[in-house]
Amino acid sequence: MSTTVAPDDKRDVRRAERAAASDRSKAENALGLKLVAPAIVLMLIVTAFPMLRALYLSLFDYSLTAPDDRNFRGLGNYVTALSDPLFWQTTANTVLIMVVTVAVELVVGFAFAMVMHRVIFARGIVRTSILIPYGIITVVSGFAWQFAFSYKNGFVNYWLPFIEDNFDWFGQYSSAMAAIMVSEIWKTTPFMSLLLLAGLAQVSEDMIEAAQVDGATWWQRLWKVILPNMRSAIMVAVLFRALDAYRIFDNIFVMTAGAEGTESISFLTYRQVIEQFQLGLGSALSVLLFLSVLLVAFLIVKVFRVDLAAARQES
Amino acid sequence: MTGKNKALIVVGTILILLWCLTPVAWIISLSFKSQQAITNGSPGFFPADGDGAGWQNYVDVINDEQFRRAIFNSIGISLIATLLSVIIATLAAYAIARLEFKGKKLVLTLALVIAMFPVVSLVGPLFDMWRAIGIYDTWLGLIIPYMSFTLPLAIWTLSAFFREIPWEMEQAAQVDGATSWQAFRKVIVPLAAPGVFTAAILTFFFAWNDFVFGISLTSTERARPIPAALSFFVGADPFNRPASLLAAGAVVATIPIIVIVLLFQRKIVAGLTSGAVKG
Repeated sequence: MSTTVAPDDKRDVRRAERAAASDRSKAENALGLKLVAPAIVLMLIVTAFPMLRALYLSLFDYSLTAPDDRNFRGLGNYVTALSDPLFWQTTANTVLIMVVTVAVELVVGFAFAMVMHRVIFARGIVRTSILIPYGIITVVSGFAWQFAFSYKNGFVNYWLPFIEDNFDWFGQYSSAMAAIMVSEIWKTTPFMSLLLLAGLAQVSEDMIEAAQVDGATWWQRLWKVILPNMRSAIMVAVLFRALDAYRIFDNIFVMTAGAEGTESISFLTYRQVIEQFQLGLGSALSVLLFLSVLLVAFLIVKVFRVDLAAARQES
Repeated sequence: MTGKNKALIVVGTILILLWCLTPVAWIISLSFKSQQAITNGSPGFFPADGDGAGWQNYVDVINDEQFRRAIFNSIGISLIATLLSVIIATLAAYAIARLEFKGKKLVLTLALVIAMFPVVSLVGPLFDMWRAIGIYDTWLGLIIPYMSFTLPLAIWTLSAFFREIPWEMEQAAQVDGATSWQAFRKVIVPLAAPGVFTAAILTFFFAWNDFVFGISLTSTERARPIPAALSFFVGADPFNRPASLLAAGAVVATIPIIVIVLLFQRKIVAGLTSGAVKG
């Protein structure tokens, strides 16, 4: 569509051609902007604008229980948040949940994708089943697992041979975190496996067969042929799921309500703002949460060199 | 394929089915335990002898005014948000897939950033803003954020679909004298309908599933959607919930999702994977 190649002093015909082309590209440009404008406005109304407002409010001592008593604190709220061990503990919980769930989901999801790729019977049933955890409400998943782990009405203790029947999963930190992660992993592994399945479908069968003919073992084919060739699909899946896991909230709210030190950073922020009406401090936490998500995204993109544009063939 | 491989695949398939369906079977089984049994403690996967409740929990849930209201809110809010979001996303995705314009990269980057946005960091300022302009605890107050957060997924899915459409037909229409807009409306929209439908399903799932906005931007049954209502169904003690009643509510809330999955699984898989992995 570019028309900027020829210098200005060329012949009239060229100039007229260029003018026409440039008119059309101008019209196209205008139409394009018109078509994306509503989407842009809506996305910004609910994100950029509130985020700027959070940035502003975070500089004040502002509680909704005393809205008129609003004092400028500068960076005081940030100092309060960052010097509170609770902030670091919730961040550590969040990172732990992110790392464990994504790692498990990657392995299980890949195994599922391998099976689905070669599935010989009940293709439709498998695909329908795999979508049910994906589609189910997270709150419902949280309830289902909370009750499953309950020693009073659940079944987990009775199915696991090495667990006492009256073991209280929500009675201490480590087992409560494990229960939360089980619910998270159960619900989101299918999504991971579908993304990996799409990546797997793009690996050429010829290449795998060629490797087989050359005497590569199953393990070698997996590590030297299949995985390198679906690298971008894996990275995109990891990026999406990691950032999603970093925002974990629903499962914690439903399963433990933050008891036994199982709060995540999202849960802490929510509690400050909605339950305690501390809009100033809560806004500072909101900003910190936003920045930490950016940092996580940046780290994943840099460390694993995720090329989103290439992955989507967007260039 | 060797016999050993075949056996592995069969075992794998069974494991996938168990993974996906066991918790669903569990919540259904739980919903048939009587509330009396739950209070006394009734461990085990299936209701023990004498602990069954028949359909009682379902009857109680359906007769619960707040629960009915929450279902109504969820259906209304999710459908409206889906409809509006898909219309707006279709316009944007068409522009991204088809037109050259300045800032195209910016739109895609913005969509990406918003898809990854930590929603909880918005509830504080939104809570404040919505109260100031009077849409706190209304349908509109939830529809707006649902639209904003489903737009990225819808735009990606749709622009991926739109790239596969035979655009020569659009050019042919333009040669025949149609404007860009007419070519879009008369030729492309019918071709794009399946993609739009897929985007609509994914958008609906998001809105139906949302919890963060649902609990923070509502305060009464006026607008409270089903996930929030379920979590408030609890009573004071979070460790002694009316589990079987809740399970019945959860099953009812999951039925629409299961129906959609059963009818449209092919489209959903295509939509999920086309938007994120391939171009």
